[in-house]
Formats: sequence, structure tokens, C-alpha cells
Amino acid sequence: MVLKGKVAFITGCNRGIGKAILEKFAENGATVYANARSVGCLDSISQELSEKYMTSIIPAYFDVTDKVAIRGCFVKILDEQNRLDILVNNAGIMKDALLGMIDYELMHDVFNTNVFSVINIIQYAYKIMRRQKSGSIINIASIAGVEGSPGQAVYSASKGAVISLTKSLSKELGVHGIRVNAIAPGIIDTDLIKPLGPAKIEDNIKNVVLGRLGKPDEVADAALFLASDLSSYISGQVLVVDGKTII
Amino acid sequence: MINLRKYVKAFTDTFGIAEDQVKALEYQSIVQWDSVGHMRLIAAVEDTFGIMMETDDIIDFSSFEKGKEILKKYNVAVE
Repeated sequence: MVLKGKVAFITGCNRGIGKAILEKFAENGATVYANARSVGCLDSISQELSEKYMTSIIPAYFDVTDKVAIRGCFVKILDEQNRLDILVNNAGIMKDALLGMIDYELMHDVFNTNVFSVINIIQYAYKIMRRQKSGSIINIASIAGVEGSPGQAVYSASKGAVISLTKSLSKELGVHGIRVNAIAPGIIDTDLIKPLGPAKIEDNIKNVVLGRLGKPDEVADAALFLASDLSSYISGQVLVVDGKTII
Repeated sequence: MINLRKYVKAFTDTFGIAEDQVKALEYQSIVQWDSVGHMRLIAAVEDTFGIMMETDDIIDFSSFEKGKEILKKYNVAVE
């Protein structure tokens, strides 16, 4: 129960890594404001986790690109909890295109969700964390943001931006007792990789020294570590969770 | 009147200046009110009145008088 008494906000909780982090944080006693876009999609799991782990999971339905909704959510957290200990920026989109076929709309969509919304959300989270002089911000990046990936120039650039943002903000916010770290998952067994198809997935696994896909729960373990006081002297780091992938 | 005192105090505490200096104050009109000082001032104003300002308003908060206007949006009357 390393998060007992802590208040967390996680974006993109409806599936995959976000859902695994939500479950992990609930299991460890955190009160969690769980974000997703589709109204109602977290009602059932929120109730289930709240009862199972004797904690509070509060759904927060909005699109992370909606600036007004972001502010509303943080005002609500401030009013209801008067603190925020952990922020996990997990929501993201992946839209791939080879160079020469990248249109403005694709670039805008990817950066709007993966980068601009993260900055907006951190700006509001900071306002609460600053008052309490503590906090842990975790940005979910990608191995593509570290190593690059063919056909994913825009997505890779957006995740690279998330990593730069993490490093810059760790320097800017450390004075307020706020830690900022990133997790760069490799190939994780989520809906995000399904469009690749079985053959391409098998091909990718050949690059993973541990010889298998990662599990969302394994990324959630890394998030738990960075969220908790177990990592109290760690900031500005990118924790790669990729089974040692050689690209 | 109480809000005005609190508002003035946010400026004097943040920038370490006298009360009679604040009314004509504008962003970057003194060395203390640079970008770092601006964020310290915003934090002081938010903490003083228990509000959370929007990013656009933080950027627009360019003077002592402009700040009073902006605070009206958050139901804070500085008179």
C-alpha cells in the first residue's frame, strides 16, 4: 500500500497501460481521478476497484485536448482533496505515415494530444503540487521517442518532445519539491499494437532480448515506483521498460 | 477593502517593495517582476484568494490594474 493517502490523476484510463496503472494505484491505496474520453466507460471499473481496495476511484470524463475541461477537473480535485500527489500523463494517440505522406492534420492531432495537452495538464497540476511543495509527475513516452522508428516520424517526435519536456520540467519544478520523470515503454501487449498484425508483431519480438511482448502491468509497476516515495530522489529520468529492445 | 489589502500584500511580499510602489506597477517595470517573478506573483495571488487562474489570464496579467480586472472573472472584487 505504498500510495495510501495519496491523490492521483491519470489520463487515458480506459484500456491498456492507463487501465493497468489505474488498477495498480488503486491496489496500493491511492485515491484516483481516472480520466477517459467516453462518458460512462469507467463507471463500472471505478466502482469495482473502489470496493475491492477500499479506496476512491473517481471518473473524470473529458478529452485531454479540451482546455476548459482540464481546468475544471483540477478545480474539482483542489476543491475535493485540496492536494494532488501524482499525475500520470498517459493518454496519447499513434498515427503513422511515411515521410512525404504526412499532412498537417496528422501532425496537429498527434502533437495536440501527445504534447500540448500534457503541457496544459502539467500547468494545472503544478498549481496544486506547488502549494503542498511535493508531487510526482510521470509522463508516458515511448521507446520510439528515444530511438526513433520508421514510419513513425511524427509519433516519435511527439514522444521525444515529451522526454525533453520531462527533463526541462524536472529542472524547473524541482525547487518546489516536484519530481518529473518519464517512462518509455517498448512493445507492450495492448490494443495499440494490434493494427500491426501478428506477423509484424512477431517480427518486432525478434528485437526484444527477453523474447516477448511487455505486459501493461509491467509498465504499471514502473509507474508505481516513480509515483511512490521509493523513488524520492529520482527526477528527470526516462525509465525504459522494453525487455531490452535492440532497434 | 480587505481584498485590496490582500492584493497589495501579494505584490509587496513577492517583490519586496513598498506599498506606495505597487499601483503603477507593470510587468518588467522593476527588475523583480521578470518572468520568474511573474510566476511567483501569480502563485501568491492564487494562494491569497484560493483561485486557479487560466493560462491566458496569467499571460494577460500585465499590471497591477490589469490584475484587478482579471480577478473579477474569478469573483474576486479588489476595491
